[in-house]
Amino acid sequence: MNPSTWTLRQQVERGIAAVALVIVIIWPAAGWSSYWSHTILLETFIFGMAAASLVFLSAYGGMVSLAQTALFGMAGIIFGNLATKGGPGGTSKGLHLGWDPTVALIGAIVLTTMLGLIGGAVAARSAGIYFLMITLTYSVIAVYTLGQVTKISGFSGIGGINNYTPGWIGDVLAHPNRLYYVALGVTLFAYVVIRYIVRTPFGIALQGVRDEPIRAASLGFNVPLHRTLAFGFGAFLAALAGVLYAWFAGQVSPGDVDLPQTINLLIMAVIGGLVRIEGAWVGAFVFFLMQNYITSSTHVPLIGFGGTIFGGSFNTLIGIIFLAIVVVSPDGLMGLWGRLFNTRRRPKGGERTAAPATEPAN
Amino acid sequence: MWVALGCIVFAFVFVLFVATIPGAEGQTSWRTTTFGSAVHDPSSFLKIVLDSLSFAAALFIVASGFALIFGLMRVVNMAHGAFYLLAGYIAYEVQQGMTGQGFSLQSSEVNTWEWLVPLLVAAPCIAVVGYVMQQAFLRWNQGQELRQALITIAVSVIVADQIIAHFPRNVGAGTQKFGGNAVDLTWPGWTDRFVDLHVGGVQYSLAKFVMIGIGIAVGVGLWLWLYKTKTGMVIRAGVDDEQMTSALGINIQKTFAIAFVVGCMLAALGAVVWASQSNISSGQDGQWLLNSLVVVIVGGMGSIFGAAAGAILFAFVANFGASYLPTTGSDCCTQYSSILTFVLIALVLAFRPRGLFGRGG
Repeated sequence: MNPSTWTLRQQVERGIAAVALVIVIIWPAAGWSSYWSHTILLETFIFGMAAASLVFLSAYGGMVSLAQTALFGMAGIIFGNLATKGGPGGTSKGLHLGWDPTVALIGAIVLTTMLGLIGGAVAARSAGIYFLMITLTYSVIAVYTLGQVTKISGFSGIGGINNYTPGWIGDVLAHPNRLYYVALGVTLFAYVVIRYIVRTPFGIALQGVRDEPIRAASLGFNVPLHRTLAFGFGAFLAALAGVLYAWFAGQVSPGDVDLPQTINLLIMAVIGGLVRIEGAWVGAFVFFLMQNYITSSTHVPLIGFGGTIFGGSFNTLIGIIFLAIVVVSPDGLMGLWGRLFNTRRRPKGGERTAAPATEPAN
Repeated sequence: MWVALGCIVFAFVFVLFVATIPGAEGQTSWRTTTFGSAVHDPSSFLKIVLDSLSFAAALFIVASGFALIFGLMRVVNMAHGAFYLLAGYIAYEVQQGMTGQGFSLQSSEVNTWEWLVPLLVAAPCIAVVGYVMQQAFLRWNQGQELRQALITIAVSVIVADQIIAHFPRNVGAGTQKFGGNAVDLTWPGWTDRFVDLHVGGVQYSLAKFVMIGIGIAVGVGLWLWLYKTKTGMVIRAGVDDEQMTSALGINIQKTFAIAFVVGCMLAALGAVVWASQSNISSGQDGQWLLNSLVVVIVGGMGSIFGAAAGAILFAFVANFGASYLPTTGSDCCTQYSSILTFVLIALVLAFRPRGLFGRGG
């Protein structure tokens, strides 16, 4: 950690990261806008983590997964089933197993990771665009299953989950700052773990599998196993975010994992850029800024409509922004940022997954 | 391998012989299903087979368009579902405009032209939208599959939101205009009767037979087009080796555009057919995108025969799952039928990673 050996870009990035970290740490303590800390920043942490699992799989595994939102929602639903209690004063839906919230938390994360491993094993012989199609079907199947199976969810989902937090978080509504700091801590944990994983022998092998599956296989690496484990790890990250979201929102329903939500998570990841982990949180932050501040009364300069385009809603605008980003800079904001510096650029995510090298090995 | 085979055999035996209807006192067991076994209640069984076939026909029409585009250009057209939805609403508006009957039409008030013209308006509209998308955004990204998929996702978000903002326009008094509410297209009057099959006393809707007929016609038409015409040969050559085809002096970009437009028009045809049988409402874009994806993943990426096989398998699994899963207890197990779709995908991918008819798998 000797700053004198850093490149200009590293100096700038690490400076910005340090300042951002200090700001988000002191934000609630300094008494700044609680709307920001309890809505925009908290959502940024939670969804940024879910988006980070997508970016991890895409950047290091060559697998663009659209199942992350489904896994995220499954974790919340599983937690709700394990933790909530039935009977008078309890929530109406779910199995009401009434476990201790900490045990339920561990159970939800373990079960969701196992779901990820199963789903990963089924899809593991595919990569790139095939992986995207298969995981999209997972996500849609999850929505219909949750909607139909009234025992565990039903269309209204499970409510009142925010009443079942471990003691160290307490009542989310009474002490929202605790959830804020927990989410911040988990986010930092997730970031550090991803950075660590990609440097381990497993992470290096995963990148080898991403670039040259056939060569990796002929060197003796088990390609489907690496992909499956990576997908399981992605599910683990999504599960962390999903349980936090369940506490934050209080209710998890199939509507939280449906196609528009799946696409929203993808939009966050793409806005940030599918090549760098940090981009996930940048993308989530930009997304929630827009979602919270662009209303029907917003006047968008140049185009001149009152926030609604051709009569559409926020989705039309976010669709146009998404389209513009994909057309102009497929690597998202992090790609644009990288172009500001004259350093050697990383290979582009879009081209990497398009290369024939990521065709299934068999 | 043997476990999978055993599961499949068990499913067949269960449906054919084991399943029983609930007893008189309502007692249930693992054998209890809604209809009972095929031996026990052949007419219900036959109806479900026909239902599956007619659903498979609609699936095939929509998914063959998706498969055509994917097979030739490697473009995963994520906007296929949105195009489906847009076509359904356009056809609805045209039919309402022609008949002027307001919200709920009876079949007897619709003649053949009032069903065909909406189709003939909707299909070219979708063709234009698809053509513009292909030329403006996809053509210069050829080969960058992920970027193209992301572009089509962006287009699908925009189109789906615009549909909610602008459709349905033509609604009866007291019904909410716009907002993407569910509306019905209507089959022409002559299809609104039941055909006596003389098998087990089954009376079956003529409209669904028409649907199966359209599905078969589309399949035969696509086969003739792809295997008996010059355009089809060029398309198949393009699927095999795009660079070699264009090196032989063939305008592959023109071929791409033709295939893309045809694929989009098939989405429109499927929308008109299925919306006449069921309805059209916002949110179905995701459902039909899923349907197309499952069909193409199961059947094999980008093959017309694969699309047919995938459509039939998917339709049978979906319909039989909903009809023949045990109804033990109050809420088990028919609601788990969606999971069977996952089981189907998992089984196929476990043995054929590129789908049943996919090449190189």
